[in-house]
Amino acid sequence: MHLDTIFFDMMVYLLAAVVSVPIAKKIGLGSVLGYLIAGIVIGPFALGLVGAEDADVMHFAEFGVVIMLFLIGLELHPSMLWRMKRLIFGLGGLQIGVTAGIIVLISSLFWLNFAQAITTGLILALSSTAIVLQTLSEKGLLQTRAGRHGFSVLLMQDIAVVPIFAILALLANQVATSTVADTTVLTNEGWKNLLLIMLAVGIIVIGGRYVAHYLFKYIADTGLRELFTATALLMVIGVAIGMDAVGLSPALGTFLAGVVLANSEYRYELENNLEPSKGLLLGLFFISVGASINFNLFLDHVGLIIGLLVLLICIKFIVLFVLGRIFKLSTSQNLLFTFSLSQAGEFGFVLVAFASQNAIYDEFTSGILLIVIALSMLITPLLFIVNERFILPRISHKEAKELQQDSIVDEGNPVIMAGFGRFGMVLGRFLNANGINTTIIDINPHNIEYLKKFGYKIYYGDITQADMLKAAGALKAKVLVIVMGDRQQIDKLIDVAVKHFPHLKLVVRAVDVAHGLELANKKIESFRQETFDSAVALGSDALRSLGMSNYRVHRAATTFRHLDRKFMDNLRQRYGMNDPHFIMETRKFSEHIENILLLQQKHPYNEMDCAWDTDSMITEEKENQE
Amino acid sequence: MRKILILFAHPLPHKSRVNSALVQAVKKMSGVTFHDLYEEYPDFFIDIKREQDLLLQHDLIIWQHPFYWYSAPAILKEWFDLVLEHGFAYGRTGEALKGKFSMSVITTGGSKDTYDYKGHNHYPITQFLLPYKQASTLCQMTYIPPMVFHGTHLMSERDLDIAKMDYIKLISLLRDGKQPLKEIKNNMFANEYLND
Repeated sequence: MHLDTIFFDMMVYLLAAVVSVPIAKKIGLGSVLGYLIAGIVIGPFALGLVGAEDADVMHFAEFGVVIMLFLIGLELHPSMLWRMKRLIFGLGGLQIGVTAGIIVLISSLFWLNFAQAITTGLILALSSTAIVLQTLSEKGLLQTRAGRHGFSVLLMQDIAVVPIFAILALLANQVATSTVADTTVLTNEGWKNLLLIMLAVGIIVIGGRYVAHYLFKYIADTGLRELFTATALLMVIGVAIGMDAVGLSPALGTFLAGVVLANSEYRYELENNLEPSKGLLLGLFFISVGASINFNLFLDHVGLIIGLLVLLICIKFIVLFVLGRIFKLSTSQNLLFTFSLSQAGEFGFVLVAFASQNAIYDEFTSGILLIVIALSMLITPLLFIVNERFILPRISHKEAKELQQDSIVDEGNPVIMAGFGRFGMVLGRFLNANGINTTIIDINPHNIEYLKKFGYKIYYGDITQADMLKAAGALKAKVLVIVMGDRQQIDKLIDVAVKHFPHLKLVVRAVDVAHGLELANKKIESFRQETFDSAVALGSDALRSLGMSNYRVHRAATTFRHLDRKFMDNLRQRYGMNDPHFIMETRKFSEHIENILLLQQKHPYNEMDCAWDTDSMITEEKENQE
Repeated sequence: MRKILILFAHPLPHKSRVNSALVQAVKKMSGVTFHDLYEEYPDFFIDIKREQDLLLQHDLIIWQHPFYWYSAPAILKEWFDLVLEHGFAYGRTGEALKGKFSMSVITTGGSKDTYDYKGHNHYPITQFLLPYKQASTLCQMTYIPPMVFHGTHLMSERDLDIAKMDYIKLISLLRDGKQPLKEIKNNMFANEYLND
């Protein structure tokens, strides 16, 4: 391949991504669908800008999935993983087993031979780690119960890839020779393999725990950032190759490496360095999936393919939904879980290729399967949208109604609190300590499950909906405390509350100075900049550790707070939000404060606390003596 | 008409029966500025400039508070320490308060007879209030004898009504009388300190 064609391809891929992803995001389709569509557009069946080498690109891009699993591993401490064992092996194992079983049954009843049926069942039981995790984390749903369940299943599927490869190899032997393979050779091989696998895993665990630290330190000491990135990539690639060599899935291996390094002090550094490569490679992967869809074959067998697609999704859907029920997901969470995992996965491409190389599949079957897999992945973001826009709202309405019945029981809570994360938790505890009954609504179900255990009355729901706000008791409440983490959510809720429940006093968390000014312009009386007070408090600690006396620091902090407040009032009386003077004044403000602090250091309590200072009295007495 | 500034100090107004009632009785009277120190400065960060301006704008300052440990609640001491600056209230150039009047209005839980050489508080209340008197003198103000409401713990509603009337009468006299000190002495009150 010439350099200019490489450059041209790169340009096409990047351009496709840059053009389509923002549009897709803007109209609410999410980045994954944006990439997939970009792939279709530049693929051989639309513009034809890329084509033949596409399989290579896809292979290359699969590395994005590998990095992604490494990063996910970094977020998971081994202890956490151990706690999830029931979900991983129980839920994940059942999902693979039951789904594969049903597909095997159906496909062998219809048109496939036994080997083909088993292969198809195993391949299609898998879901797409890349699409699901990318979409869930983009929507901030990875920490929800559904997200954890989904993740557990995906992890089990990654683990299962190893035995699936083995089974496929076994089936291929049968197809090729039609005789039973020499079992002694096979078991010997098996033992050797097992030993190798254990060796590889051991190297990862021991290396990650005891060696990686010194390596990272050595590299970090050079002070070259790109070298650290290179090391991180090298490590991930090394693990992937090693795993591949012993027949484990590279994704699983790097995931393991990630888990081992989760406690490392270089964890955030690793995350920061690998994040961009991951994003780009995953994007590339999705584009190549889009480009790989063979639309000629699709158009020739449109009925069959769509039939299979619908059948596949229905089977997975039913299995997932039933399992979600068994594993105690609430309806809305279960729907999220079910919808997100109902496609086939990227391992399918690899496995189908493997199966057709080993003559399990004929060309037609593998072609059809590849299209079904790709289309099922293409359709996932659309299913997410269907779930979010049309199904979940109804469920939440139902859940909102249940909530309404609840709050009639403990009616008359004077305070409603929207958001119960890190910020709301402290605030809620404070109100609670002062005997104020509070109705708490949070959109993150994980928080809710957790906090219910501690006896908090807390409900799941989207409180930016007027219905939900009413159900929470807005008509009787006096105060609405708005402490969600997301600025847009905060602003939306303010608008809804002001419009529908003007009697509510609003107490609002401002995410930054600009937000605070905007809230002031909206005539919100009580708002605080979320980080301000803790920053001043920590700054006080800093002054104290310089040796300043406790009370002097306390006065300095109080002075700072009061001056800040005064200045802000001043500022917003003079300027609207979009006034260019605003920025200038903000700068002046920090200079102003700087001067005050400087002054304070030279003359403690100058201006503010003069009367405690006996200097002027001493001077006067001296003058009297003269 | 004299302008009156009531500097009120009570850390728990929702627990105060008598002081709240007294405040409610007079705070809206014309010529009266009511200034609740704990409400204004919950963190004791007293705005000195503002307080000094308030003093300048009034002719008579009343310190109204419950009697805590033979003195005022802490914020009033902070107020004295910070607001009555050298060079403002006293000292060679400190004449801002010259010619003004000052006065204490106090509630005590215990009865009057405990504030006596024979009672368990051992001294009359005027002894305990000497710092306020001398501070006023140093600032060249005339300190009017205190108005004290004793026995608030067990005060009946009827007595509370009388106390409120007395306070209103006192304020109107201080506000409208030509010579407050003399006029108070010439008027018979339930509150005998005024006649001392």
